[in-house]
Amino acid sequence: MATAPMHLMEVKQLGVKFKTPDGLVSAVNGISFTLDRGETLGIVGESGSGKSQSVLAMMGLLATNGQATGQVLYLGQDLISMPKADLNRIRGNRVAMIFQDPMTSLNPYLTVERQMTEVLEFHKGMSRKDARVKAVQALDAVKMPEAARRIGMYPHEFSGGMRQRVMIAMALLCEPDVLIADEPTTALDVTVQAQILILMRELQRDFGTAIVMITHDLGVVAGLCDEVMVLYGGQVMEQANADAIFYRPSHPYTAGLLAAVPRLEGGDAPMLAIPGAPPNMAKLPAGCPFTERCAMALPKCGTERPPFAPAAHDAQVLRACHLGIDDVTRNLERLKMEQGARA
Amino acid sequence: MIGPRRFVNIGPNVNPLIPAKHDGLVNSLSQLPEPGNPPRNLWADARRRFFRNKAATISLVVLTLIILACIIGPWVLPFDFDAADWDAMSAAPSITNGHYWGTDDSGRDLLVRSLMGGRISLMVGVLATVASVTVGIAWGAVAGFMGGKVDGFMMRIVDMMYAIPYLLIAILLVTILGREFYLVVITITAFSWMDMARIVRGQTLSLRSREYVEAARSIGVPTLRIISSHIVPNLLGIVVIYTTVTVPGVILTESVLSFLGLGIQEPMTSWGVLIADGTKVMDVSPWILLFPGALLSITLYCFNFIGDGMRDALDPKDR
Amino acid sequence: MWTYTLRRVLATIPTLLAVISVCYFLLHATPGGPFDSDRQVSAAVLANLQAKYHLDLPLWQQYLLYLKGLLGGDLGASFRYADWTVNELVGKALPISLAIGGTAMVLSLLIGTAAGIWAALRQNSMVDHVVMLISNVGSVFPSFVMGPVLILVFAIGLGWLPAGGWNNFSIRFMVLPVALLTFINVATIGRVMRGSLIEVMHSNFIRTARAKGLPERVVVLRHALKPALLPVVSTLGPLAISSITSALVTETVFSLPGLGKLIVNGAGNRDYTLVLGLVVLVTVLAVTMNLLVDLAYALLDPKIRY
Repeated sequence: MATAPMHLMEVKQLGVKFKTPDGLVSAVNGISFTLDRGETLGIVGESGSGKSQSVLAMMGLLATNGQATGQVLYLGQDLISMPKADLNRIRGNRVAMIFQDPMTSLNPYLTVERQMTEVLEFHKGMSRKDARVKAVQALDAVKMPEAARRIGMYPHEFSGGMRQRVMIAMALLCEPDVLIADEPTTALDVTVQAQILILMRELQRDFGTAIVMITHDLGVVAGLCDEVMVLYGGQVMEQANADAIFYRPSHPYTAGLLAAVPRLEGGDAPMLAIPGAPPNMAKLPAGCPFTERCAMALPKCGTERPPFAPAAHDAQVLRACHLGIDDVTRNLERLKMEQGARA
Repeated sequence: MIGPRRFVNIGPNVNPLIPAKHDGLVNSLSQLPEPGNPPRNLWADARRRFFRNKAATISLVVLTLIILACIIGPWVLPFDFDAADWDAMSAAPSITNGHYWGTDDSGRDLLVRSLMGGRISLMVGVLATVASVTVGIAWGAVAGFMGGKVDGFMMRIVDMMYAIPYLLIAILLVTILGREFYLVVITITAFSWMDMARIVRGQTLSLRSREYVEAARSIGVPTLRIISSHIVPNLLGIVVIYTTVTVPGVILTESVLSFLGLGIQEPMTSWGVLIADGTKVMDVSPWILLFPGALLSITLYCFNFIGDGMRDALDPKDR
Repeated sequence: MWTYTLRRVLATIPTLLAVISVCYFLLHATPGGPFDSDRQVSAAVLANLQAKYHLDLPLWQQYLLYLKGLLGGDLGASFRYADWTVNELVGKALPISLAIGGTAMVLSLLIGTAAGIWAALRQNSMVDHVVMLISNVGSVFPSFVMGPVLILVFAIGLGWLPAGGWNNFSIRFMVLPVALLTFINVATIGRVMRGSLIEVMHSNFIRTARAKGLPERVVVLRHALKPALLPVVSTLGPLAISSITSALVTETVFSLPGLGKLIVNGAGNRDYTLVLGLVVLVTVLAVTMNLLVDLAYALLDPKIRY
């Protein structure tokens, strides 16, 4: 029986539910993607869209009242159903994660050295001395000045950008196949953001790591990602190649996101925002979660969930919308003209 | 535990007692006002949450009964608290001779004495609490409002007071000044105001610089309105909570002093005195120890559950 | 580190000075007290007072000489007993209080932290509820009721242990007092430990430690424990102070000839100078304990730069 070559990572219908006093809340509903060596996937969405929870579920880091459904296959093994001991051998070793706020994500009571060497001691069985050498090398690789001297310091003695470099170095110590980055630059200054992103791109080039990048910033996506997944209300709205997303958004939400990015050449053009507020995850409509804020919603959008299927114009683009791609494009043109006329 | 409760800061520098609603931040999506939902009112919310807490509600009922019993009981019961019943000296509790809780070695009815003792203990509790809450609020508000050096100095004094084993000073004062009722109250007050001062000062300081206060000011809301609708509701909640925490501490302090023979003196009695008396004869008449002891303990527990209930009611985040 | 220590030590001096001075001058204002010419004391006691407190000299000289005496460790003379100085009385009583209090503190630290950790790691389970229940009961139930109840049950009822008294550090007489003190402290330590560990376990850095694939045992012991212990260390200061006050009750209830009993009896006898001396001693002890706790905290927390 001929089987397709195994993907590095394959996520099938991932879902996340939380038990709350208000009932069972579905934070993530039906995410699927594949990831191969050297690829970068960007997961984009507003706060509360489920993007963080989906990757936390992948790493087995959900809160105690959370349950993950579906499958997360790393080289064929399902991370969700794996026993903790096996999962621990993969976490931090083959699949690593970096978090949004490096100040709270590093242990303030342990030195950077301790936090880095323990990864090597556990996963590679190295001695403390050897691990220290490798850790300093890793810090050099992320361009930390005076790494050998500073490794013995505590996290609060570093600046925000430096701390994030520490996190990245720490994540890459075992040369993982997959790096999951949960909004790694959101808490940093813009100039530092750029440095970190460049760093990640270089590391990807040097080590061939696949990256899953969570962000709400489309600029980050444009600079780094091959594939993009747009989430809203815990569901995938559109999933396609980065070029396709930027040049021909096929979903009203994606288009709205792109339109909301302020542009330098816009001059005095009014800033466009998507009207309304993020959905109440405990009370999602039966149909498309974006219905309430969609400028071109049909009556059936609120009641019938749109199928997640390839677009008519390009089978590589997957979208969840009742309107066809042509209707969406036409509506977008019309809206642009109306808003341009109003300006 | 004997002694004023010290507020131990267990986490990041956030005051967990600030009601979530007034945080200015929406913490969960389900708290967004929705079309069709009535606007949430903090006090109605709090009241509802309080009564959903079974322990707190039961405690409130029990405490009310105890207070009523202490006030009304001695008038209604047939025995005087210092009347000796020669037919029943050191008598065990019985229904037949009317001494439901038994008598002490002078033949005095224990039930009446316990309720009278309750009057004194509760009265001291209320007086000392009112006094220490007043001092505490004043001290804390001034310190928090003035800030800077004045604040620093005032809080140093608070720290000093914490460092002193208060019971010792209380004992010294009692040794020197005697055991008049008002002196006992003053002594207890002197060591019970610090918690409230710290809390109020913290609140005042943080409220002064809260974003929503600044925001309100920046859009021109008059100062008085800011105080009444932002600062006072927050302060009120904390004050109420800490008052319910202060009262048991004060009652306990008085009881300890009296137990050691350094508090309320004859002819008045309080729970501490009764318990001390009971301890002396507990090998032959254990009821003299147990009934007042139980009454005191139950009262303290009630106050604690009510305090916890209020804390939960006014800030559901604090688990 | 040393500058920090020095600064903290210097900071305690105003407190001590304030307490001592207030007490001293209060004593002077007392009618019938040791400094009042109307005092009714025996000749022998008068002679002692004269020697220790220099009653003929002007007030400010008396005060300074008193302070000088304190620095030399002289706590004064008793107002009632001609045969004993305060130092001598303390010498006999202090070891007893230390033995009971010290044992109780060590035990309660061990048991309290262990119970708190156990309960935190099994949050909302049966173990957790039991630990919390015991902790809540223990912290509210008045010790001067619990003590006699313990005596009632174990000494009078079951006859296993003596009802009180002291027999030269014999263990039988230490069991109940130590048990009482330990129970009271465990209630607080356990609850603080549990609360703080639960809070720390929800931190982001614990999530990172798990994300690194570290086994849970390492996550708890290496990453969570140290930050979780800090609030417990913070409570040790107030706890030590309240132990002093607990000792007063315990020694009274169990008739132990310790420092607490000495104070209570002294107060009952209106032995002013004895009580003054003891209050000074205990305040010094309390302030010192607070200081040690602060230093321990600074040692543990790398964020405090000394």
